[in-house]
Amino acid sequence: MGHIVVDHISRAYRNRRRRNRVGDDPDLRYGDRILVLDDVSMEFQDGEMVCILGPSGCGKSTLLKIIAGFDRPSAGRVLIDDKEVARPGSDHIFVFQHNGLLPWMTVWENVGLGLRHMSDRDAKSERIMEFIEMVELENFEHHYPHQLSGGMQRRAELARALAVNPDILIMDEPFSGLDFLTHMKMREEVVNMHEFIGKTTIVVTHDIDDALIMGDRIVIMSGQPSIVKLDRQLDFARPRDFQKEPSLNQLRNEIFFMLGVPYAV
Amino acid sequence: MSDDTTTMPHPWKLRLVLPCLAFGGLLLVWDLLARFSGWSVDVFPGPLQVFISMGELIANGTLVQHTVASLFRVTVGFYLAVLGGIPLGIMLGRWENARLLINPMIQFLRPISPLAWIPLSMLWFGIGDKPAVFLIFLSSFFPLVVSTTATVSAINPIYFQVGANFNFSRWEVISRIIVPAMMPGTITALRISVTIAWLVVVAAEMIAVQSGLGYLILDSRNALRMDYVMDGMIVIGVIGLLLDIIMRRLGRIESTSWNG
Repeated sequence: MGHIVVDHISRAYRNRRRRNRVGDDPDLRYGDRILVLDDVSMEFQDGEMVCILGPSGCGKSTLLKIIAGFDRPSAGRVLIDDKEVARPGSDHIFVFQHNGLLPWMTVWENVGLGLRHMSDRDAKSERIMEFIEMVELENFEHHYPHQLSGGMQRRAELARALAVNPDILIMDEPFSGLDFLTHMKMREEVVNMHEFIGKTTIVVTHDIDDALIMGDRIVIMSGQPSIVKLDRQLDFARPRDFQKEPSLNQLRNEIFFMLGVPYAV
Repeated sequence: MSDDTTTMPHPWKLRLVLPCLAFGGLLLVWDLLARFSGWSVDVFPGPLQVFISMGELIANGTLVQHTVASLFRVTVGFYLAVLGGIPLGIMLGRWENARLLINPMIQFLRPISPLAWIPLSMLWFGIGDKPAVFLIFLSSFFPLVVSTTATVSAINPIYFQVGANFNFSRWEVISRIIVPAMMPGTITALRISVTIAWLVVVAAEMIAVQSGLGYLILDSRNALRMDYVMDGMIVIGVIGLLLDIIMRRLGRIESTSWNG
């Protein structure tokens, strides 16, 4: 199961740059702390793919880290299947923005990370191979991450995350730093993967098109401290096309406007 | 990592010939200086005398005996430093409170030359191998602690998050993340500190012991045999060169090849 409730969480960081000065907006800073998330609540249904969209620095990565258990909220709590998240665990796997593969392990060893307690060696090898094949990295299983291209590294990381059969996949900017074509292919793969396994998937992105093409639902966060600006179900058939779906295109223009770009150039 | 990975590898013949040219040049300069400096053979022996007397030392077994004695002390002292310094470095690199507690003390002890410890070590450990081993330990312990701390604290925090995400135990964090991640840096640290240890053994053997290359040099000086002194120096240099080659080879083994 992968039902997530984000229950009124706030997150403040200590402001290392400067102390408060007279004339500061008291809502933005209290003490010498910066408020990144202010009383954010949302819910993720089991099996849903939600894209969280927002400008950089809006706290969406912070939100993800809190859901994953890497960070703790200053106030509020996150519940996964009615249990409060206290620490990271292999039932909710975080797929990193930059490469999270362990560089001293081969693709095979990386994918096997979450399966290291399986006692049956044959079953374990079979499962590792199954997921390597799923992301089409067969023949590369004994390569080290630095011997792979950026797109292959992301796919290997995806295979590693899926191999532990998590209830929830948390992806932080999964396509950043990929070239355009690899980006498009990877996006398609993630959508297909989600249709296939049906896990709750949270994708953080700053790319409006990615969010509109991929998400079952789109959540827009912005401001400082960050609040939820828009939470919209996207009931469009896949594959989605802005030309064929005028309402999708209109939503896209609205979002551009909302995020401060008047024309979708 | 090493200088030869970025450029095209030179053919092995060139790699062998070029250093030999440099050594040949050194020998030539040495020989010319010895011949034309006007100093007597007793003060500045030329390469020929030195190699003849090295033959004597090898033939009567003293050179091998002293070399083995020195290598033994370096090995023991260096292993002790590795066993103590690397775990301490890992702890300091990972655990900030420990770093705050111990690091200033280490930075205080580190600049004190091992040679300054000679009087105390002789008093504490008496005559024999122990004070020499202690000095070698001191000389390589602090560099190892400092560089291990730096290496471990520089490990990308993402790797620890990955470990936490896959429910790594504390032991798995050490064995599967910290140790492999610190390996390239640690090999470099070992390479530097073994050279320091070898540097100090000679000084350590000039006190309190009756064997070793340092003793050979001191004893030959007392006997005014500068050719033997130079033999001792040459053997020290050759072994230092071999140690460096061995350490560089270590840097190329499979477990450290991941960083490209």
